[in-house]
Amino acid sequence: MTFTPSAPLGAAASDTPLAVPPKGGGRRRRRSRFHSGSRLAILVVIIGYLLLPLVAMLEFSTRGDYGSRSLDSFAAIFTYPDLIDAIVTSLEIAVLTVFGMLLLLVPTMIWTVVRVPRMRRVVEFLCLLPLAIPAIVIVVGIAPIYQWMGRHLGPVGGSPLTLVLIDIILVLPFAYRAIDAGIRGVDVATLTDASRSLGAGWPRAIVQVVIPNIRGGILAAAVLAVALVLGEFTISSLLSFNTMQVLIFAVGKRDAYTSVAVSLTALVFAFVLLIVIARFAPGAGSRGQGAAEEEEPLATPLPTRAVR
Amino acid sequence: MTVTPAGSAGDQRTGVAVRFQDLHRWYGRVHALDGLTIDIAPGELVALLGPSGCGKTTALRALGGLDEVDGGRILVDGKDITHVPASKRGMGIVFQAYSLFPNMTSIDNVGYGLRLRGVGKDERRRRAGAMLELVGLEKQAERYPYQMSGGQQQRVALARALAIEPKVLLLDEPLSALDAKVRRQLREEIRRIQIAVGTTTLFVTHDQEEALALGDRVGVMSAGRLEQIAPPAELYDRPATAFVAEFVGLTNRLKGVAGDGVVEVLGAHVPLLAGSAGPGPVSALVRPEAVRLIAADGADAHVLAVSFLGSLGRVQVQLPDGDLVVAQVPATDVAGLAPGTAVRVTVVPAPVFAVAG
Repeated sequence: MTFTPSAPLGAAASDTPLAVPPKGGGRRRRRSRFHSGSRLAILVVIIGYLLLPLVAMLEFSTRGDYGSRSLDSFAAIFTYPDLIDAIVTSLEIAVLTVFGMLLLLVPTMIWTVVRVPRMRRVVEFLCLLPLAIPAIVIVVGIAPIYQWMGRHLGPVGGSPLTLVLIDIILVLPFAYRAIDAGIRGVDVATLTDASRSLGAGWPRAIVQVVIPNIRGGILAAAVLAVALVLGEFTISSLLSFNTMQVLIFAVGKRDAYTSVAVSLTALVFAFVLLIVIARFAPGAGSRGQGAAEEEEPLATPLPTRAVR
Repeated sequence: MTVTPAGSAGDQRTGVAVRFQDLHRWYGRVHALDGLTIDIAPGELVALLGPSGCGKTTALRALGGLDEVDGGRILVDGKDITHVPASKRGMGIVFQAYSLFPNMTSIDNVGYGLRLRGVGKDERRRRAGAMLELVGLEKQAERYPYQMSGGQQQRVALARALAIEPKVLLLDEPLSALDAKVRRQLREEIRRIQIAVGTTTLFVTHDQEEALALGDRVGVMSAGRLEQIAPPAELYDRPATAFVAEFVGLTNRLKGVAGDGVVEVLGAHVPLLAGSAGPGPVSALVRPEAVRLIAADGADAHVLAVSFLGSLGRVQVQLPDGDLVVAQVPATDVAGLAPGTAVRVTVVPAPVFAVAG
């Protein structure tokens, strides 16, 4: 018997066609560079498109005398007491709207998914309806109710905080979508079943199990609601409530710099809120990345004692 | 249909008795549970088997309090719990879908039920840790569900269900989302744990192998009704209805003539099981392993195809009248049964079920 010396494994491997650099690799690299370059260009254009108005606002609102830069217009915000009141009012409206919307929407949506899934479409339709109704139509329809409230509910009925009632309706389409995305991300029905079987009643199952797992959707809905409330002008103006937006418009007629400074501050506030949500919302990290490990072998021999 | 439990191993265990008594459940026009009555002995593991939509999961959810029933009663340890809310029933449930709470680690998941029962943090962690040890996952205690494989998640779910020391353990197709190897491993693990803790268990599955391997008794359901409940061997060898005979295992429908407790099929006289059709022409439901093939020149049946299944071979044979028969033979006999081989086909005289036609 004759043996022929075989090549070392590594050498054999290096001889295989797979080890040879594939033809056309240079073209593929060029194409890859082109793709990443075009992606970067698109990103720059989009960011530029979004940032340009903000930069322009910043440039405009910080103009000082003789070409200098100044924060006077931001300081001037505090010289308009009505404006400060309006900002506070708008923030109150935003907070109340968020709470009202979440109280209305979250239990309803969870209940719909868990108990009456066939109603999901109906709830979705109702929530999306405000998108299809122009603001002026809403105002015309709802104005008599506000007149009645103003006449019969005293100071409460005439308060700008009553705008919360309309704003909750206006934010429904956006909040619904955000919460729905959160709910679709987890098996709410199974989680509540599991929770109930372990001894939780409905409220506890929702608060301790469902809400923490759809927190991302809830926070997104809250941010959208705040942004929408801080941007809503038509209805506040037509119903003659002095909210921040109405006052910005009014101040803008007299003092454009301060008006733009307030607008910019509101925008930055919404931006910061978004960044905070993106940073702290669950799901932003590694969750759901399929980081599961290989199956472990069977458990160690079972204890024969009764388990406590 | 009322069936009493077999007085087998369950007699020595520590679980509680469960009784479904004439349960009815309607979903619109669908009668999901149609007079379901089952008795489960303390410590017994009953596997409910049936095709999709037969009502087996509805029965399990009714016992767990997750679904209501429209009629009948559910008794656990002699107490009527039909209208007791799920949170008060003390049932441990493992679901088909992964049901661990994604915002909690393994040990927090397992300790959740204890937390709801007011168990202090240290004691809770100790008991949850013991449960994780029981399922072999003590090293995964601080992991979140997304950091574990499907099999590990289901084992944690099992630990979570057992941690509350449930009166009854309910397993709703807990293995169906897992691959075959893990499924087999976990199946054996579930059985060993169930025997160790002695909890009365209801296991729902559509997988015959799983049901037959796990159950002290197996209940076969069809259209909301219990067709038969019996120990696995009895269910396989002595089916009570045509549905059970055809649903459990492989079956040949062979033409025969029934009369006086026997059926003549392929020239053999085979005893008939109670409830069979006859007298007159019938179809005998014959298991592949009850079919014998003898290679013989000039025989008028011939082999169509052969499948090699490891220790066994499955041979498809065409009879002279064109009917097909499947026979199961030892792998060592497969070599002599190449396609085209002429064979004589007979049936061993093990009792069979016969249906009209």
